[in-house]
Amino acid sequence: MSREVLVKKSDIVKYYLRKIIIAGLVTIAVTWVALPFVMTIIYALSDPDQYYDPHIVIPTRYTLEHIHKLIVLGAWNATINSVIVAVLTILFSFAIGLPAGYAFARYAFKGKDSLKLFIVALRMFPMMVIAVPLLVLYFKLGLADTLLGIALAHTAMALPFVILITSGIIAGVPVEYEEAGLVFGLNRIGAFFRITLPLALPGLAAAAIFTFIMSWNEVFIAAVLSFQNRTLPAFILNLIGGATDFIKFAGAFIMVIPALVFVFVAGKYLVRMWGITLK
Amino acid sequence: MPNEEIPTSVKLSKYTPYFLILPTLAYMIFFIGYPLVQGIMLAFFDEQGRFTLENVNYLLYGPGSLFWDALKYTILLAAVIIPIQVSIAFGLALLFNLRFPGKNAALYTVILPLTISDVAAGLIWYVMLGQYGFFNKILMNLGIISHPIIFFGIKDMEFIAIVITEIWRATAIVFIIIYAGLQMISHEYYEAAEVFGATTWQRFRYIVFPLLLPSLQAALIIRTLFAFQIFGVVWTLAGRDIPVLAGEAYYAQTELLRPGVASLYALIIAGLSIAVGALYIKFFKAKYLEAGM
Repeated sequence: MSREVLVKKSDIVKYYLRKIIIAGLVTIAVTWVALPFVMTIIYALSDPDQYYDPHIVIPTRYTLEHIHKLIVLGAWNATINSVIVAVLTILFSFAIGLPAGYAFARYAFKGKDSLKLFIVALRMFPMMVIAVPLLVLYFKLGLADTLLGIALAHTAMALPFVILITSGIIAGVPVEYEEAGLVFGLNRIGAFFRITLPLALPGLAAAAIFTFIMSWNEVFIAAVLSFQNRTLPAFILNLIGGATDFIKFAGAFIMVIPALVFVFVAGKYLVRMWGITLK
Repeated sequence: MPNEEIPTSVKLSKYTPYFLILPTLAYMIFFIGYPLVQGIMLAFFDEQGRFTLENVNYLLYGPGSLFWDALKYTILLAAVIIPIQVSIAFGLALLFNLRFPGKNAALYTVILPLTISDVAAGLIWYVMLGQYGFFNKILMNLGIISHPIIFFGIKDMEFIAIVITEIWRATAIVFIIIYAGLQMISHEYYEAAEVFGATTWQRFRYIVFPLLLPSLQAALIIRTLFAFQIFGVVWTLAGRDIPVLAGEAYYAQTELLRPGVASLYALIIAGLSIAVGALYIKFFKAKYLEAGM
């Protein structure tokens, strides 16, 4: 039985109309998100005379002077501090969290579900609560106003996420590979380091970027725990009280650039990890 | 076999997962449990360890106390922002579930605000909405307005600026959760619906919506809890013009130098989060937890 395919004219119109509507909606969404980024970059580099001219929307003369001023005020040191804190946070949270992620992915044990639920619940805990009391403790331990102190607090914030992500990634590596390793004489630790870890490495690298972003963006804890050795968001937060407009623009600029790099490098993984950890 | 001994290594390996999780538990108990207890001590006890309501009094009646305003604005902002975010995110997720050219690039653009700090987001919209910002310039040059709209320095306008910024910044989190949920819906359901001649609306109402409910609930919980911690955006755009709980905690700590009051504010945020979290879980019967982690 053969069916004749009839295409009505109205169907063709509908088809193209649908395409146009979809394209229109996507354009609106992308513009809404991207335009503020673009305008921030443009105005942060804009010549002040042109910026203050209401008739000029897009300036034609650009300058690095505002960025330079911000760097003179200490933005460069703050950026270095932020990188150090974020890298320490990755090291600590992976050293502590990776074994737990492995346990959740590979073992069946009593209390596993409650423990996992506990970790899931922890991720919702408002971590800013720990900042003030932690500072009291840090004064006693000599950790107040140190990058190490901020990194330790950020580790507590990142740990639940690291565990959930790493257990997801390790569960994605077939356990048979590891068992094959065991058959050929590796012990469990050897099998992990020589088989599972290399296979999980790309995912773990993306998880590291995810952790980096969490620490890099955290401001409340960092601002409470530090006075001189500030991370970039804490430094900017503290600076903008009496700052000129252009210093604020430059602050936005300096914080936006790394974000573009993160998404460019690991966009695909980031979407997936937010999907995992926030569900 | 009764006389066959279980090797010690096997006996030990029963405990291996606990050994692996122990460092995490120890760390979290120390870094959350200890500060929580210490926070309660700071808020309710004086230096000699005697119970005191001094901090509570200061929080409520101290000079320049904005506690009730902060509580009001924190809840008001959440109540205004979250329904808009969930609606936009839901529509956006349905849109991105369709096939269209350039989808990946569009997806990565939409998640961009998630990779910046709330301080940066606040500053970005300070650039956009300033007197000489893009928003005013474009409207004036198009002849839609003759004078710039002033956002900063006027309370109600600052409130609007915060709402815009938060919608711009955090809708993506809700979007990603719903989008992930949408992608997990098997295509077989759609095919079955097609066989039975379901309309688009019926497909949405009887397949997409019920299967998406757990993701929607999860998104709602996460967004609400984060909304109580709103700080960076408010602090950069409005300072204390629009007081919020976290902002007052920061102010009490860094300007008033009263850690007891700051701790009290933080504990109120924690209490509010726990109460609302418990309420949601009770209301949704913890369904979101069954939907696979």
